[in-house]
Amino acid sequence: MTQYGFFFDSTRCTGCRTCEMACKDYKDLPQTVAYRRVYDYEGGTWTDAGNGIYTSDAFAYHVSLGCQHCTMPACMAKCPQGAISKDADTGLVLIDDEKCTGVGACVETCPYNVPVLDKEKGRGVKCDGCADRVAEGLQPVCVEACPLRALEFGDIEELRAAHPDTVAGIAPMPSPDETTPSIAILPCPAAKEPGDTAGAIANGKEVTGVPAA
Amino acid sequence: MTAHESALSRRTFVKGSLAGLAMAGASNAALYGCAPQGQQAATDAAGESAADQIAWSQCNVNCGGNCIFQWHSRDGKIVYMETDNTGDDDLQARACLRGRSMRRWINHPDRLTKPMKRVGKRGEGKFEEISWDEAIDTIADQLKYTIDTYGNEAIYIIYATGMYSCTGKQPGFRLLSLLGGFVNQGYDYSTHMLQAIMPFMYGSAANLDDDGNHVTLGKPATAFSPYDATNASSFSEAERASDLVVMFGNSPAETRMGGANAVWDFAKVREAVQGRGGRIINIDYRLNESASGHPDEWLPIRTGTDAALCSAIAHEWIANGQVDKEFLDAYCVGYDEDTMPESAKGQNKSYKDYIMGTGYDMVEKTPEWAAPITQIPAETIRSLAAEIAAAEAPFICQGWGPQRHTNGEDTTRAICMLPILIGKIGLPGTNTGQREAEPPTYLVGSLPFENPVKTTIPVYQWANAVDHGHEMTATNAGIIGADKLSSDIKFIWNYAGNCLTNQHGDINATHDLLADESKCEFILVWDTVMTDSAKYADILLPDAMRSEQLNMQTQGYSEYYTAVVVGGPAQEPPGECRTSYDVCAEIADRFGMKDAFTEGKTQEEWIRELYEAGAEADGDMPTWDEIRAQGVYKRALEPAIGLEAFRADPENNPLATPSGKIEIYSESLAEIAATWELAEDEVINPIPVFTPGFQGYGSVTEEYPLYCAGFHHKSRTHSSFGFIEELEQVARHQLWMNPLDAEPRGIADGDTVAVKSPAGEVRIEAKVTPRIIPGTIGIPQGAWHNADMDGDRVDTGACVNTLTTYKPTPYAKGNGPAHSIIAQVTKA
Repeated sequence: MTQYGFFFDSTRCTGCRTCEMACKDYKDLPQTVAYRRVYDYEGGTWTDAGNGIYTSDAFAYHVSLGCQHCTMPACMAKCPQGAISKDADTGLVLIDDEKCTGVGACVETCPYNVPVLDKEKGRGVKCDGCADRVAEGLQPVCVEACPLRALEFGDIEELRAAHPDTVAGIAPMPSPDETTPSIAILPCPAAKEPGDTAGAIANGKEVTGVPAA
Repeated sequence: MTAHESALSRRTFVKGSLAGLAMAGASNAALYGCAPQGQQAATDAAGESAADQIAWSQCNVNCGGNCIFQWHSRDGKIVYMETDNTGDDDLQARACLRGRSMRRWINHPDRLTKPMKRVGKRGEGKFEEISWDEAIDTIADQLKYTIDTYGNEAIYIIYATGMYSCTGKQPGFRLLSLLGGFVNQGYDYSTHMLQAIMPFMYGSAANLDDDGNHVTLGKPATAFSPYDATNASSFSEAERASDLVVMFGNSPAETRMGGANAVWDFAKVREAVQGRGGRIINIDYRLNESASGHPDEWLPIRTGTDAALCSAIAHEWIANGQVDKEFLDAYCVGYDEDTMPESAKGQNKSYKDYIMGTGYDMVEKTPEWAAPITQIPAETIRSLAAEIAAAEAPFICQGWGPQRHTNGEDTTRAICMLPILIGKIGLPGTNTGQREAEPPTYLVGSLPFENPVKTTIPVYQWANAVDHGHEMTATNAGIIGADKLSSDIKFIWNYAGNCLTNQHGDINATHDLLADESKCEFILVWDTVMTDSAKYADILLPDAMRSEQLNMQTQGYSEYYTAVVVGGPAQEPPGECRTSYDVCAEIADRFGMKDAFTEGKTQEEWIRELYEAGAEADGDMPTWDEIRAQGVYKRALEPAIGLEAFRADPENNPLATPSGKIEIYSESLAEIAATWELAEDEVINPIPVFTPGFQGYGSVTEEYPLYCAGFHHKSRTHSSFGFIEELEQVARHQLWMNPLDAEPRGIADGDTVAVKSPAGEVRIEAKVTPRIIPGTIGIPQGAWHNADMDGDRVDTGACVNTLTTYKPTPYAKGNGPAHSIIAQVTKA
């Protein structure tokens, strides 16, 4: 089986959310549902050096995450309906709309905050890697959308070979040991290790679907 | 969420897509990738009705880009967008998050669909639907009345940029030109201060004859424009040859977000410059998105103090003998006594006198002087000066934020002094200190017009011209093309714009001005949704979106490539929405001028004619039939070096300044400073100095202890897209505030706060973040004003222009207060 996954160049990402909005347009998602999310991770402090002068070690960077299409998906393991499977050809993790009853175990267990409960549909929903487009030989809509060309999709081993120095996680992502995510990230200079406590997610409401006014 | 897209169509789509998945081997990717205009892109091998109609278009708003849209429509309704995925990846005008949300705008339930007339008080937002006939009769009657009573100089088309298309706003300009004309717009809200002042330094069209030759030197000369590849170098030149990029208030990741726009060029600049061992330095009061991921590139500075930093750098270079005296003597006027004009010799009026404390304020501009002003440590300023001086090819540029301050006329020139002082101008990899170049090539024109009226007002002055236009002159109000205005403005024509209130300034004061119907007697607004400006309409017309008509346009002015896109409609306009061309033709008909307006052509015929004229001039463009089939034509541009010809041969390629040289000291400005009527707190400086400006550095008080600036935010292009819920969801409208300012006020991240300035009050969510310098708060500009104007006027939409004070700048008479605000923040 070929395992498909995403490459994400965090040195280029400007946090623009185009990937997320292209996905929402293509998948016709309501305001508070997103299959791809962009995390703003920020930290650092300011020091008053006297006489009105300041110094700082502030930092900020972004992480754009769809589904990691993990080798060992926590969501699949915990789904009581057996509604989640890995595609035999692509390794994409897919939710079977017919089997899903919307109990939300996937939402609870995914360490990447990926599946969401679509209240209108009463189903768990998430990034399917644009399986329909991929099957037609196209790229996922987010990949073609990125103005910075910071996303790629394909055989994750080929992507890792094409981009040396990638890692499988940066903060605020959890350690990749948990689920073996199919993602290759080129860390930006500001990037911190998973488990970092120097920074924090700065846009919590945006990535957890708290409705904006 | 939009109500009109049924669940049924969504299910049909998914079903069809899955059927496509099953037949993967048989499907043809090219049908999606670059389906010709009008071709059916069949994705459903199972024979169900899921065929997409492809229609090409571009984004119609004013970020400077015209990103390319590839609409997928089904059953006459847009269902989703792919963007430009044609040709070389590197040259794809990929739409940003806003472009990808355009469907939400086009299909929004709040679209205006019928002509309306005002029934409440002006500005109250109460309207009644009327027929197109009644609307057009009223407009024609009001135009006749205004022209007969006050003359054509009582008509003003207000600055507006919501509809980029070759037949968008131009029909109105053409119609009013045929009716005798209107007062022209001078400068614009983007580059108001620099556009007015930079010609004194780099050249003015006023010093050119009709053949483009210098009026006294007789040689072909260049005049300054912020919108060319003559006065600035392209980012691609920095990518090619620079080893140090220094940016002042320039964040392409927020202002130029599309995939063929400067943000992508800048990503390539960083990778190339770093690959050569060089560096990016991003000087801003915020850790902006261009520096996110790369915080070491960020040099935090107090807003509005860039000129103080530049002065201190200049001091270091002069003190250390690092200036290029040979260049300054040969190419410039007024660096030191050696090149001062006769009128100013021997008076210690040179730039060097200012910097070294021997002239003007007699203060030496040391790093220690600049440190408390800029909040940058003196040793950091010294190392920055050394780093720039050591660079082989420094690319020094500024965005348009630094000049959008009350001291903008000085700041924009002060930044240009850096490359000038070290002679790093007109050479490979360098820049002129202005913003990165804009494309020199545009493939097609737009609907033509020629306004017989030459009188021009600086755009920010329109409100004064409504209030007391008859008192405004060249020397007290910056009127251009005439000594004075002959009338107050009595008729405002506002097409696809929000500069009546939201994007102008001092909304509370402007509301009072517009509410007085004895001043401006008639306001015509065309828009697609009820903006704050639209609430002030006497007649409000529902416009068709660009994607709802056959449309054409070139690449955007900030996209360094060249292209043309022809396509549409992707769907029919809703209700009774019409194109501005058709409506203007009908207004012309009321004056018996329909044939003069249309020349017998439909909008479609004009577009074809404009395209074919462009194709003939260009020589490489496809035929009309070919462009209709392919939708998009594009090609790359060669890098450009700003002022390259002048640098190579200044005798034969002078600048259009009076001397033909870079005028660091401008005799013309000294003359203006001596003769214009200025208020006591206004000053026009012949050399670039640091001056705090109104509500600038040093003006904070106990009541308003914080500096406040606006900035461009990803969820909007100015105010365009400001009502799209999906965008607000992913990029919330928030006040940026440093923890050192938030903590003493008891403000936590996510709190709702009250921001008060001398002009008004807003409510907004706080983002408490180390990404902004202490002592300054930042509010994203463009949010939609939302206040009870008969009540407390507290703006819960948090438009920054509720906080700005209306005070045009000293020379440009421009919108400097946009980023020069003093304020207080309290927990609401």
